[in-house]
Amino acid sequence: MHKKMAFSFPDEVLEHVFSFIQSDKDRNSVSLVCKSWYEIERWCRRKVFVGNCYAVSPRMVIKRFPEFRSIELKGKPHFADFNLVPDGWGGYVFPWIVEMAGAVPWLEEIKLKRMVVTDESLELIAKSFKNFKVLILSSCEGFSTDGLAAIAASCKNLKELDLRDCEVDDLSGHWLSHFPDTYTSLVALNISCLGSDEVSLSALERLVGRCTSLKTLRLNRAVPLDKVANILRRAPQLVEFGTGTYAAELRPDVYSDFAGAFSSCKELKSLSGFWDVVPDYLPAIYPVCSKLTSLNLSYATIQSPELIKLVSHCPNLQRLLVLDYIEDSGLEALASSCKDLQELRVFPSDPFGVEPNVSLTEQGLVAVSSGCPKLQSVLYFCRRMSNEALVTVAKNCPNFTRFRLCIIEPRTADYLTLEPLDVGFGAIVQYCKDLQRLSLSGLLTDRVFEYIGTYAKKLEMLSVAFAGDSDLGLHHVLSGCESLRKLEIRDCPFGDKALLANAAKLETMRSLWMSSCAVSFGACKLLAQKMPRLNVEVIDERGPPDSRPESCSVDKLYIYRTVAGSRFDMPPFVWTMEDDPSLQLS
Amino acid sequence: MEGSVAYDSDLNLKATELRLGLPGTHEEQQAVSNVRNNKRPCVENETAPPPKAQIVGWPPVRSYRKNNSQPVYIKVSMDGAPYLRKIDLKVYSGYPELLQAIENMFKFTIGEYSEREGYKGSDYAPTYEDKDGDWMLVGDVPWEMFTTSCKRLRIMKGSEARGLGCGV
Repeated sequence: MHKKMAFSFPDEVLEHVFSFIQSDKDRNSVSLVCKSWYEIERWCRRKVFVGNCYAVSPRMVIKRFPEFRSIELKGKPHFADFNLVPDGWGGYVFPWIVEMAGAVPWLEEIKLKRMVVTDESLELIAKSFKNFKVLILSSCEGFSTDGLAAIAASCKNLKELDLRDCEVDDLSGHWLSHFPDTYTSLVALNISCLGSDEVSLSALERLVGRCTSLKTLRLNRAVPLDKVANILRRAPQLVEFGTGTYAAELRPDVYSDFAGAFSSCKELKSLSGFWDVVPDYLPAIYPVCSKLTSLNLSYATIQSPELIKLVSHCPNLQRLLVLDYIEDSGLEALASSCKDLQELRVFPSDPFGVEPNVSLTEQGLVAVSSGCPKLQSVLYFCRRMSNEALVTVAKNCPNFTRFRLCIIEPRTADYLTLEPLDVGFGAIVQYCKDLQRLSLSGLLTDRVFEYIGTYAKKLEMLSVAFAGDSDLGLHHVLSGCESLRKLEIRDCPFGDKALLANAAKLETMRSLWMSSCAVSFGACKLLAQKMPRLNVEVIDERGPPDSRPESCSVDKLYIYRTVAGSRFDMPPFVWTMEDDPSLQLS
Repeated sequence: MEGSVAYDSDLNLKATELRLGLPGTHEEQQAVSNVRNNKRPCVENETAPPPKAQIVGWPPVRSYRKNNSQPVYIKVSMDGAPYLRKIDLKVYSGYPELLQAIENMFKFTIGEYSEREGYKGSDYAPTYEDKDGDWMLVGDVPWEMFTTSCKRLRIMKGSEARGLGCGV
């Protein structure tokens, strides 16, 4: 229609329009419209997301987006969370910091997940970015409190420091004192992962006292209850709070101090922590419960009756993380009290026990699915399941976006019929048309994968363990799931055929993980040869794969698309197919 | 590979499954996923392959660092020692570490463990009381199961200890 008008828009106008487009997907679409839009977009992209740090090099990112202010990087594969990725595998952030230190001096935000972050990296961040504001490290490791001290000392404009689920080397609690007395801009602090030597309470109190904009504070376990009251009194404006540890016995003076401090926090919406909580202390938080939207009780070893009392005080709860002590009865109470519930995660209190220690079954899940119409995201650990229950859940919750079920004993059949759970999971993918993430468990044949390939068209991430009969299962998924980005598989009888037949699919995905499956080394070499834009990495601690017959299965396989070629930081137990001279292409 | 097999969680189906690879090349890795928790791990040397009954990384729960998980304090007594000690089981990642720590604590040496014969080579045998109140030999069950079922430790000495070493 108005072709001429489009060409006559000055760049600044388009740039202004693009500034309203924040999502990566949309920005990527914008950049594909035409060359001039590509150019304009790349100069004004302020947030860069790199889902796999080895898919692209830092130089390439900086070259394309010279003016970004925020970067998010992800390193190790998800199964690293469960010790399936050996130490030293990779995911080092330092090379990225080095490149950005020189080329992106106005960088404000760094968000990292499953990466190795050294003190050297933290010191370089502190030194290089004058306007640095946000550091979010999720499931990272490799640094100590020395690195944190450098950040505290130098980052005058720091607003957020979030160390969720990190492994930090304890050296000294005095890193907190490195925040200068003039520093007041802290908005969010999450140090829940730190150990007992790592936080100086007096420094923390002073810091909280002078940072009047503080909205989020997640303490670590070492902060005792009697100190928490002092901290809370200095920050009545808090919106999100994570307690430290509770005392073993109830002391009335501590209790009333704590309860008083709590009741002065009128803005609280989210609570977490609760290590070693004793039921007698719970009433202290009742005054804030009616406003709570998020509650993380996954460290609270309280039993079902207390949990029922607690959740019945929280009618506005949207997100609940809890141990299976809640039992079916507690979930039924949850279903009747919390009609706004959107996300539920139930963790096992005794994951390695052979016999069930609590009465938590498929019934609890069914109850919540029935009573909570807004339920979208579920992570549920249990010891028994039935197709009937899964079908009921699927019909009750067609709006599921994330459904992760872990039946603790591998290959557990439907406890009522002793059949596989294919039909149950089939119902999930059939009814939940917007399902983005799915984790399977229990006894499953190739049939469940046929259902998934047929119906799960919006599925982006699939986790599979101890399931399937043959390559056909894998083939169904790779050929049918159009939106698939991440596939992680362990201990399944999937081998060469499905992988090689669907090689092209792998370039449309971020990554594929397969461990303890039946993929041969020969097939890995063939795949790498066919698909030069994939990195095919064999992780095998038994020694070089070519010291065994080519038909031998590899231990672990990680395949990801990349424009950066093979990586240079591989440890001795990771092999790429380039190492093989028989693959020299002319 | 395409054979359809009726699954029954009690049968070791991996043995009958067709797969690529020479016989015996992959047994060690694959058996891990199939066998129920009734085999005993080998603690003889730290470079031994992972115990068959323990499935690495399953169930998929995050193993938060020791500072975050609840400490599991248990009393440790040694026959002949004047007082007891207390340790946090969560601090150790496996049997070798635990036994080393106890050896250091009480200044003695525990013998070599074998599934069949228990601890040979010294006068001591590490035992523990489990949830059912039974006294068991340390090392028989997978580590994770041990840390959740162990209530107290007792280092037995002398004839009582030697009695335990007879492949019961």
